[in-house]
Amino acid sequence: MAESPFKVEIERVKKEYSEKMTPGAVVYLPGSSVVNKTGSWRVFMPEFNRDKCVRCYLCYIYCPEPAIYLDEENYPVFDYDYCKGCGICANECPTKAIVMVREAK
Amino acid sequence: MAVRKPPITTREYWVPGHAACAGCGCAVALKLATKAFSEAMEEKYGDPNAFAIAQATGCMEVVSAVFPYTAWKAPWIHVAFENAAAAASGVEAAWKKLGRKGKILAIGGDGGTADIGMQALSGMLERWHNVVYLMYDNEAYMNTGIQRSSSTPYGAWTTTSPPGKYSIGEDKPKKWVALIAAAHQVPYVATASIGNPFDFVRKMKKAAKVDGPAFVQVQCTCPTGWKSPLEKGVEIARLAIETGIWPLFEIENGDFHNIKIQAPGGGAKVKREGGKIVAIEFKKPIEEYLKLQGRFKHLFKKPEAIDVMREQIKAMWKVLGVEVTLPKPGE
Amino acid sequence: MPIRKVMKANEAAAWAAKLAKPKVVAAFPITPSTLVPEKISEFVANGEMDAEFIKVESEHSAISACVGASAAGVRVFTATASQGLALMHEILFIAAGMRLPIVVAIGNRSLSAPINIWNDWQDSISERDTGWLQFYAENNQEALDLILAAFKVAEDERVLLPAMVGFDAFILTHTVEPVEIPDQEVVDSFLGEYVPKHAYLDPARPITQGALGFPAHYMEARYTVWEANEAAKKVIDEVFEEFEKTFGRRYHKIEEYKTDDADIVLVTMGSLAGTVKEFVDKKREEGVKIGAAKITVYRPFPVEEIRALAKKTKVLAILEKDISFSIGGAVFADTSRALINEKEKPVVLDFILGLGGRDVTFENLEEIVSIAKKAIDGGVEEEVYWIGLRKEIL
Repeated sequence: MAESPFKVEIERVKKEYSEKMTPGAVVYLPGSSVVNKTGSWRVFMPEFNRDKCVRCYLCYIYCPEPAIYLDEENYPVFDYDYCKGCGICANECPTKAIVMVREAK
Repeated sequence: MAVRKPPITTREYWVPGHAACAGCGCAVALKLATKAFSEAMEEKYGDPNAFAIAQATGCMEVVSAVFPYTAWKAPWIHVAFENAAAAASGVEAAWKKLGRKGKILAIGGDGGTADIGMQALSGMLERWHNVVYLMYDNEAYMNTGIQRSSSTPYGAWTTTSPPGKYSIGEDKPKKWVALIAAAHQVPYVATASIGNPFDFVRKMKKAAKVDGPAFVQVQCTCPTGWKSPLEKGVEIARLAIETGIWPLFEIENGDFHNIKIQAPGGGAKVKREGGKIVAIEFKKPIEEYLKLQGRFKHLFKKPEAIDVMREQIKAMWKVLGVEVTLPKPGE
Repeated sequence: MPIRKVMKANEAAAWAAKLAKPKVVAAFPITPSTLVPEKISEFVANGEMDAEFIKVESEHSAISACVGASAAGVRVFTATASQGLALMHEILFIAAGMRLPIVVAIGNRSLSAPINIWNDWQDSISERDTGWLQFYAENNQEALDLILAAFKVAEDERVLLPAMVGFDAFILTHTVEPVEIPDQEVVDSFLGEYVPKHAYLDPARPITQGALGFPAHYMEARYTVWEANEAAKKVIDEVFEEFEKTFGRRYHKIEEYKTDDADIVLVTMGSLAGTVKEFVDKKREEGVKIGAAKITVYRPFPVEEIRALAKKTKVLAILEKDISFSIGGAVFADTSRALINEKEKPVVLDFILGLGGRDVTFENLEEIVSIAKKAIDGGVEEEVYWIGLRKEIL
């Protein structure tokens, strides 16, 4: 399975990250928010059934985070580090390949 | 099995780790808007990154850029609440002088656009800056905790339009900024919705590619402010289109006689004359849209208010040159 | 060779802008500054100035567009006054906080109400806590010179702060004087090109400008603006020195006049300094030991220079065209703060005068001197003296 593009980003951000105050409080590290793992907000989590997926990309298009990326075969992959569990993907999935389940914490 | 290519670029300019609420419809809009922009810039200039963003204070600003972090991978500036259009004008002027190719994307919420930023928006459009202004319309001041704006629809509960003994909730019809923008006779104005992302992306790309100013008003569900289920954000936005609440249209060069209307779907019957949509018979009652949102819950005890809303919607469509019929539940 | 031309301060400011070659000018008309954008429009229309002139719909948008352009990495100029500057107020803090070296020419004018288009300093004085550098010109030549100097100070990497250059409404904005216009090449080498390392909005190097600062970071951001203001003190001295070497005219944060043996020093700013110096000459002829001091740089406030001046005299009489209600004048408050912990200090007197274009006459200055003389022996009767007030209509 393809590695999350955001995980790669985390490595970059961690290496270059600085809390040092800059002139104008400018943030010089684009996309550095990837270190904030918002997956901890989640109550329900999307469960994905690859066999039912028709690769319509709707979940990929709608995810507000985005916490869904595509693997080599263009199947969606869910990055649970960021998924806040809103369930839009499951609600919009035309084949019910995604279902929301209460997450055991 | 042959697999379609993803319908939109996989480049991300809006990355995760931002603090938008779960199910935020505005986050969907911004993600898609930047992707669309990137595609447009690639097609027009051969450089997918040839844009910068100037954003007004608001939900999407505070959740995306918190020192020393940012969710943005495009050059981005926030100045204040009312001046995204003016700041974008400045960026555009500087780019022109630097000989930099590309387009500026100004972003504001409905408060920052329809209300406090109206003047700066009008100025930017009138001066013909090469800027696309994207108004993400979640129909109230959500960043300060759900107060009504002039873009709040009739009947909606907000913290400053609470229903009560003497109040139906918000008592004015929604102000349509897209129509005001179009009156500037700018090359391109459109309404869009996260309920129809392909239409939205197409319009953003068109806006990004025209020479000169453009304005796109996109309806975005706010589960927090609309008191709606997190997972229903896109469904609600789609119902807004299908019930007649949210018209999808395009106006080029201020030509109000040739407004392009997009068919709403949802079983609505569309009547065309000379290729133009002149009448729509909606099949889904607006109640289907309203009932999914806590902000309209009180209206169901005063159904006459929903009829008032229906009359207002008809009047709005009339401005667009379309006669509509809106069914009542069970009709 | 520099050329001499007779012109109004507004024109001098426009010439300064032309010489500084800003890439973007965003301006909105307001009395008494309107001639500045008019003249710049002409320069642009004639191809004498290669700037993008944004004809904005308000001063709020003027400064907002300036912020956008400066954040994109180019030199930026605008002009305003009075209500226009007040309308910019919100964004002034932001320009300083984002460390954008915008230069604004101010035709110093009163604030409403009542509406009044004439001179005092309430407009820019009221912006003293925004983080902006503030320069005040005595004459039209200074208006031109200080705008050039302001760009150089503002863009210095140790500073990176916006700057306003004030010159008095009508007294300077609309009055012609001979002004020496320096050679373009000389100005070019003095200013150099502005290529910021901190703010550029460039797709090749995407950055985020104007992020939210939580309590964990806000205070440090504010502190760096404080530090930049402190650093500006030394940079201004350096720039004034280089200015003299380049253009032959010498500026000081505070310019002293016949202060060495003075019992009384009249401290003021702007065009009033000219009147006061003439008055000092007259009194010196009468044998009165009196001097004058002109504050050219009001922000950063020249604390050290005020202390040095204070050591020379028995009375510092602050003459100012602004009010900080219930305190007196802002310059008085700042001067007092500079001296508060000094072991020996002169009496500091506060004189409010010339508001809303009221003439300041030698008669007024005589009254001030007689009050100051009494004060030497401990006779301070009022905390704030209103000079030239028409008590008969009150």
